[in-house]
Amino acid sequence: MPYALCFLLFMIGLYCAVVKKNMVKIVIGIMVMEYAVNLFLIMLGYRTGGEAPIIDKGHLESASTFAKFVSSAVDPLPQALVLTAIVISLGSLALMISICIRTYEKYGTFDITQIRRLKG
Amino acid sequence: MSVPLPVFIAIPLVTAFLLPIFGRKGKAIATVLANLATVSLLVLAVLSIGQSRVYEIGKWSIPLGINLVLDGLSSLLLLAIGVVSTAAMLFSVRYMEQYTAKAKYLSLFLLMVAGMNGVVLSGDIFNLFVFLEIASLASYALVGFGCEHEELEASFKYMVLGSIGSIFILFGVALVYGNTGTLNMAYISKAIQSVGLNAGLMFALALFIVGFGLKAALVPFHAWLPDAHPSAPAPISAMLSGILIKTLGIYALARMVFNVFGISVSIGWLLVVLGILSMVAGAFLAIGQWDLKRLMAYSSISQIGYVVLGIGLGGLIIARGGNLAWASLAILGGLFHLVNHAVYKSLLFLTSGSVQMATGTRQLREMGGLAEKLPVTRAACTVASASIVGIPPFSGFWSKLILVVAAVQAHFYWIAAIIVFVSLCTLIMYLKVQRYVFLGELPENLKQVKENKGTMLAAMIFLASLCVLMGLLLLLPGLKQTILDPAVKVLTDGLSYSANVIGM
Repeated sequence: MPYALCFLLFMIGLYCAVVKKNMVKIVIGIMVMEYAVNLFLIMLGYRTGGEAPIIDKGHLESASTFAKFVSSAVDPLPQALVLTAIVISLGSLALMISICIRTYEKYGTFDITQIRRLKG
Repeated sequence: MSVPLPVFIAIPLVTAFLLPIFGRKGKAIATVLANLATVSLLVLAVLSIGQSRVYEIGKWSIPLGINLVLDGLSSLLLLAIGVVSTAAMLFSVRYMEQYTAKAKYLSLFLLMVAGMNGVVLSGDIFNLFVFLEIASLASYALVGFGCEHEELEASFKYMVLGSIGSIFILFGVALVYGNTGTLNMAYISKAIQSVGLNAGLMFALALFIVGFGLKAALVPFHAWLPDAHPSAPAPISAMLSGILIKTLGIYALARMVFNVFGISVSIGWLLVVLGILSMVAGAFLAIGQWDLKRLMAYSSISQIGYVVLGIGLGGLIIARGGNLAWASLAILGGLFHLVNHAVYKSLLFLTSGSVQMATGTRQLREMGGLAEKLPVTRAACTVASASIVGIPPFSGFWSKLILVVAAVQAHFYWIAAIIVFVSLCTLIMYLKVQRYVFLGELPENLKQVKENKGTMLAAMIFLASLCVLMGLLLLLPGLKQTILDPAVKVLTDGLSYSANVIGM
């Protein structure tokens, strides 16, 4: 069920990016897609009632406590991936918004139906 | 000599962040440094030909750590990136004097090169995504570098479609991780071989095809290319059309489909159909254009179709269990065409930059009779046109010949016919370029035009001589065996990639 909602969020973002006519709304749509994918990555590593994946001495006492740790710790790798993905999406968001601002200075509008000098 | 693999990413990355320090006063030093970086990358790429090895970052053995993999296909792409970026950088030395903020331009250029080298070398699927984003972000900024109306519009369009492509790829990466539990391409391939493709992985493959197809501008996803490539400064158009769409699109797609997921008949057909659509649609759209660079951008779509067609045809033959020799021939044609296209399309965009700098216009109707005014540019443009059309002995002839021979041997006669027909369309569009730019009446306002000097000519002559000599790559057996054959073998071997990487 959470996966379906996450996919729904992705589709809402895609719809917004494809259908909307305002440049800023398109950027928002792309970011919603990006967040949906980040959410999906986090959910992949999630475990109900899991614990933080940090080993301390207590876990190493015997084989059984270690096995319990391995079976209950959440997967740390997706969190590292999401951090990287967030930084990348921040970079592209900054670039997109700055291009939007420069375009507004030149054309005086955010409406992509009026920003149409390129044809053919 | 064995070159440490991270050097290919470190050199351009470090130089890129070093350059803005020099600011406006140290522009000359920054230019020299940037040129040194690209030339050294070319030299290193030549030195690493014929080698294959795995580098584990920080000595963390795979699958725990990230690895870089150098094999035949990677070194072929590294070589192409080296050649095109050296020539484009040399050309920018003079060409970019008309823009302010040259140091920033050089640093974005090098970031793009670093990203492309990373994509080619990476053996880790998420790492590939990160490098792909570095290269794409640099290219979005470079397309809008002039900050004029058209450039900003093209950059926004490119950026929206490019970002959607990147997000699809990231989604695919997440699905693959969820289904196989690893991000290393060799281990993913191993896991897929043992459990087979389930629904999640099929969906991931579809996302990869759409994502990389957007980056490669294959026909249903091509809308951004004819706007983005002409709007960029000429050396960047050369980089984008020459090599960026190939590394981010074709290379990554081929690696995923052949080495990670494994080729099947339906995927092979899909690639063949996408290739043919791109070839035909790109060629038809190009003939009607009156903007010099826009015409060349549409012809890029058409030429990228040849590459995908060759690779897809080879995959189709392999998946059907056909003769492996024919499959190798088709893939050889595709990959050789990829390298050839990198050289002659970047040369064409450089000549268009030279014409634009001399005359101040890109419209074919406003030019004419420039043959006497711009002799070197004209010669370079003629060589490149002859190559792209496929006139022997220039480079394009050989790769198209191989593709036709492979299609005929595998009994796809209609594909061979389409290849020849699209070549004819290409002939028409480049005759149009020759006729309207270099022949005919010289307009009154262009009487004072002078040929560009210095490094711009050097870059064009460098690429033009390569265009003439590329045929040797096929005809001299020694060169073919060390450069082209290993690259073909990587794709024909398919899923044994994982065993090779884990064993190295």
